[in-house]
Order: sequence, then C-alpha cells, then structure tokens
Amino acid sequence: MTTLAPEPLTAASNPPTQPLESNLLPTDVRRISATAHVPPPTRQLTEVAKLIDVSKCIGCKACQSACIQWNDTHPAVEENVGIYENPHDLTPDMFTLMRFAEWENPETNELEWLIRKDGCMHCEDPGCLKSCPAPGAIVQYTNGVVDFISDNCIGCGYCVKGCPFDVPRIHKTAHVSKKCTLCSDRIAVGQGPACAKACPTQCITFGPKEEMKALAAERVEDLKERGYDNAGLYDPQGVGGTHVMYVLHHADKPSIYSGLPDDPRISPLVEAWKGPAKKLGLMAAGAAFLGSALHGIFAKPNEVSEHEEEEAEELYEDIVHEAPEAAEASGEAAR
Amino acid sequence: MTEKRVDSAPGDEIESEAPLRVFRYRGFTRANHWLTAGCMIVLLLSGAAFFHPSLFWLTGLFGGGQTTRWLHPLVGVLLFFSFMGLFLQMWRLNLPRREDVEWSLKIGDVLKGNEENLPELGKYNAGQKGVFWGMSGLIMVLIVSGVMIWEEYFPNLVSIPVRRAAVVVHALAALGSLFIFIAHVYAAIWTRGTISAMTRGTVTGGWAFRHHRKWFKELARRKRDEPSEGAAEANGAAVKPR
Ligand code: HEM
Ligand code: SF4
Ligand code: SF4
Ligand code: SF4
Repeated sequence: MTTLAPEPLTAASNPPTQPLESNLLPTDVRRISATAHVPPPTRQLTEVAKLIDVSKCIGCKACQSACIQWNDTHPAVEENVGIYENPHDLTPDMFTLMRFAEWENPETNELEWLIRKDGCMHCEDPGCLKSCPAPGAIVQYTNGVVDFISDNCIGCGYCVKGCPFDVPRIHKTAHVSKKCTLCSDRIAVGQGPACAKACPTQCITFGPKEEMKALAAERVEDLKERGYDNAGLYDPQGVGGTHVMYVLHHADKPSIYSGLPDDPRISPLVEAWKGPAKKLGLMAAGAAFLGSALHGIFAKPNEVSEHEEEEAEELYEDIVHEAPEAAEASGEAAR
Repeated sequence: MTEKRVDSAPGDEIESEAPLRVFRYRGFTRANHWLTAGCMIVLLLSGAAFFHPSLFWLTGLFGGGQTTRWLHPLVGVLLFFSFMGLFLQMWRLNLPRREDVEWSLKIGDVLKGNEENLPELGKYNAGQKGVFWGMSGLIMVLIVSGVMIWEEYFPNLVSIPVRRAAVVVHALAALGSLFIFIAHVYAAIWTRGTISAMTRGTVTGGWAFRHHRKWFKELARRKRDEPSEGAAEANGAAVKPR
C-alpha cells in the first residue's frame, strides 16, 4: 500500500522517489461554490502560504516559465510594446505575470523599479467562489488553497466579477475559467509550487502560513534597518487574509505596485447580489408563482355571460343598421 | 368611406356575424407573440439556473451548464428582436388614454369582475398597457446589462466594477420581468375567452363587448361602412344613388 504524501513544508525539498498517494482528499474541502451545505472536513490541514518578497525579485521570470511548464499551458507569443511585461496581462494560459512599475519616490527623488509577481492570492474569503453559480466549479481546501475544477465550470465569468484582484480569465476555446492553482497538484504530493521551486533568489518561498509570516517578519525588520521605514507584510484582512502574501518595501502604498489593491474586499455589489437579498428574490418569485396558481384555481374567473354575448349582437346590429347621419354622429362621439 | 382606425390595429375586424366573432390578431402577430413567449420562458428558466444554486438543475433542461451559459444570451438577443416586432405593432394602441385613469382608479371593480362599472375601453386596458410598457422597459434594461456581462463575446466591453453593477441590475430586471410575465399569463387565463385571441386570432363578440367595447364599436362601424360587404346592402338607406 502506498502512503499519503506528507504535507509540504517548503518548496526547496526534492521530491521523494517512492510513489505517494495524493494528500488532498475530497474530504479536505471546506468551501464549495454554489453549495450551501458542505460536509464538515474530517481533518484540518496545515494552512499554507506562498510568500513573495518583492524586495528580492530580480524580474527574471523563471517563475513564469516554471508555471507554464508545470501547468502545460501555451501562452501566445505577443508583440514587444516596449515594456518588460510578457504577456501583457494574465491570460487563461498565463497564471502568473511579472508586472514592472517605475515609481519615483517623492522622499528620495529616486526612481524605483517595482516588480510584482501577479496572480491568484488564494483569499481566505474568496470572491470568486462566492460569485460562482456552478456547484463544485470552485473549491477551497482546508489548507487555504482555492482551486477551480474545470469539469464543473460553465465559463460564465461570474468569478471575474467576484474577484477583488482581477485574476480569473475565461479560456476562449475551452470556455472554462483559469487561474493559479497554487500548484495544488504538487502540494497534494508533498511538493511546493513550481514557481517557488524555480525562483533563483528565493524571493518566492512556500510553507505553513505561520512560518511564512514569521519569515516575513524577519524580512520586514531587515528592510526597515536598511531604511525602508514602511516595509511590511501584505496579507489583506479585508478578504480574511490571503494564502499568497507579499513583503513590500512600501506596504503603506500597495497600489504603486502595478495597482495592487490598497484595501481589497469583496465588492458590496457582489455581496448584495449573492447575499440574503437573493433568497428574498427567490422567495418572492416562488410566492408570485404559487399565489397566482392558487388564486387561478380557487378565485371566480372573469367570464363573459350569455347575456353579454346577446348584448354584443344587439349592439352590433344597431350599429350596422344605423342611419348614415346618426352613424356619422356616433362616429364623432366615439372619438 | 370606412372610418379611420383610432382604437384598432390593421387587421382587426368583425370576422363573422353568427356567431359573432371578432378578429384580434393576425397570423404574423400571433407567431411573433409566441416566439417572444418561447424566448421568455427559455430565458426565465435558464436565467433562474444561474440565479440561485437551488435551481442550477434547470441547466439539465438545456443540455448542461455549458450549453445553458451559451444559449441564454443568444436567446436573449432573439427575444430582443422578437419583442421589438411586437413593440412596433402594438405601441400606438398602448399609449395612455383618458379612460385609463378611471379604469385604474376602479381597480377594485376590475379585480371583482364588475366590468359594468368600468369605462368603455379601446383595444387595451391600463393593466395590459402596464404589462406592455413594463416589459418594454425591462427588456431594454436586460439587453443592455446582458451584453455588458456577456463573457463569451464581450469580455471586456465594460470595466469589472461596471459589470458587477450590471449583473445586479440584470438579476433585478429579470425578477421584475418574471412578475410581469406571471401577471400577464394570469390575466390571460383569469379573463376567460382571452387565449383564443392569440391561438385562433379571434374572440367572441361578448368578450369584445365586455372588455373592450370602444374597440368593438369601432370595428362594427367599420363593418357597416365597408362598401362591398353585406352590411352595406342590408343598410338600404346607406346606398345612395350616385
Ligand atoms: C427577459 C429576458 C431575460 C431574463 C428573464 C433573464 C434572466 C437572467 C437571470 C435570472 C440571470 C442570472 C442572474 C444572476 O445570476 O443573478 C441571467 C444571467 C445572464 N443573462 Fe439574462 N435574462 C434575460 C435577457 C437577457 C438578454 C437579452 C441577454 C443578452 C444579451 C442576457 C444575458 C445574460 C448573461 C450573459 C447572463 C450571465 C450568465 C450567462 O453567461 O449566461 N440575458 N439572466
Ligand atoms: S484572488 Fe481572486 S481568484 Fe484568487 S482566490 Fe481571491 S477571489 Fe479567487
Ligand atoms: S466561469 Fe466557471 S469558475 Fe467562474 S464563476 Fe462561472 S462557473 Fe464558476
Ligand atoms: S503556484 Fe503554480 S500555478 Fe501558481 S503561479 Fe506558481 S507555478 Fe503557477
């Protein structure tokens, strides 16, 4: 019998050589899209996180290449429009993208080159999952990974509207939503994400979320010592925290990093659309349906009587046999 | 000379005298109506599947979630054009008239079926006009908001924040159109004798007399004034020597 793979503690370890069973089981799911009653998970996996230390990134894009290779995606070759970003945006075939921003620091008057690895943040409270109308198209495991299950996805694009980070992309031919999986298929066998594994500067690290936070705290302290007074961890609480976190040298201004949201949260419009009002609407629709059906069965119908049929014929005869002068007059009167 | 139409549409006429039947909708209008109704039912069912998880099973009626997602907006566009056809044929007689006020104020008598207390009406009463204009407005809202959230063909037509608003508006408008739809079908069934207007195209004289007497009178006068029909001969006085 093969044993379950261990929970991954780091992306740096090498894979074991013996075959291992997946450690991410169907019973490890704690949230399922469009599903109200998820059976309680039988165990709690260690919460994991990917930490991206922006201050260490050299923009080499090894992570992008590793991501393409591991996930076997085929991003199109695009034109060079004079910037380093390639492709120009996240696509259904590019789950992660290095974004390059030139920022002039008003305090030092120096130009800073801010490079951020964009991609799914694996929110604790995922707006994509909340929006999704298809049962089982999006799941969240107890380790925090948010995964899209393409077999259940209908390609409606609701997740695009739900995500506060503009991450999901709908595949043009497969008609399913795509994004970073946090390499759930690697995590399942005890491995860290491909991007973290490939990163030459260890800007990307992976492990239990608590350890990643501790590591981040060390890094923040180091940055502060080197003059970055506003260095800090980006683990936005508006979405309950994320399982992909950044160390930022300017944590007071996340948006300078190519529009990283300052205070991301699920839009109130999305909350309203998917909130209790929806149930109210459903109940109103049901009540209107039932009410009219019952009323239709039991209420007295509005019927034309025999007498009215006769009156109609009399009126018709009267009009048809009217003298022309009278007819003119009645014609005028009716107008 | 035949009287100018004020309360009737082209094609409306007294169809037969014994029994008295009145022609209300031409074949084209009826086909147009049923196409619109069919689209509407498909849209309500497929839309309901996206609206609430407890109704997602409705996608099974259309061959699964992917096909439902593909079909809904296409039928939406068909509905839009089909309804436009109805609109062009019906808008004029749905314009508000003086008698609509009195009819609306006497809504109690309407619901109790005491039509003898109500004013004489043209082809449509204020309730029917409400259905007409309500649907017209909501279908405009639905097509505009629907295109904005149409991922397959217009993925980036508007920004994501606008799409969020559009999807809420779309769901609210859909709910509104469901209520109007129910009211419309209910009224057609409750008011006995109405459905044949959209199936055979005709209603009985009594129905026209009871519910839309102004319309009925106009058609009767037009019948009298028709030069070649029996009515003219029967009405000897009307035939003047040239
Ligand atoms: C009377 C007509 C219509 C009704 C009753 C209707 C109803 C609905 C409902 C209830 C939803 C789900 C909203 C939610 O999830 O909260 C929906 C979604 C949607 N509707 Fe409509 N709708 C109508 C017309 C249209 C039209 C004219 C279009 C556009 C061209 C359209 C395009 C869409 C799209 C794109 C979606 C998102 C799901 C999908 O991709 O299929 N709808 N509709
Ligand atoms: S970043 Fe967007 S796609 Fe990723 S989990 Fe959060 S809401 Fe979902
Ligand atoms: S595109 Fe797929 S994952 Fe996104 S909301 Fe629709 S069904 Fe869910
Ligand atoms: S975790 Fe995996 S899927 Fe996500 S960006 Fe890294 S390599 Fe790509």
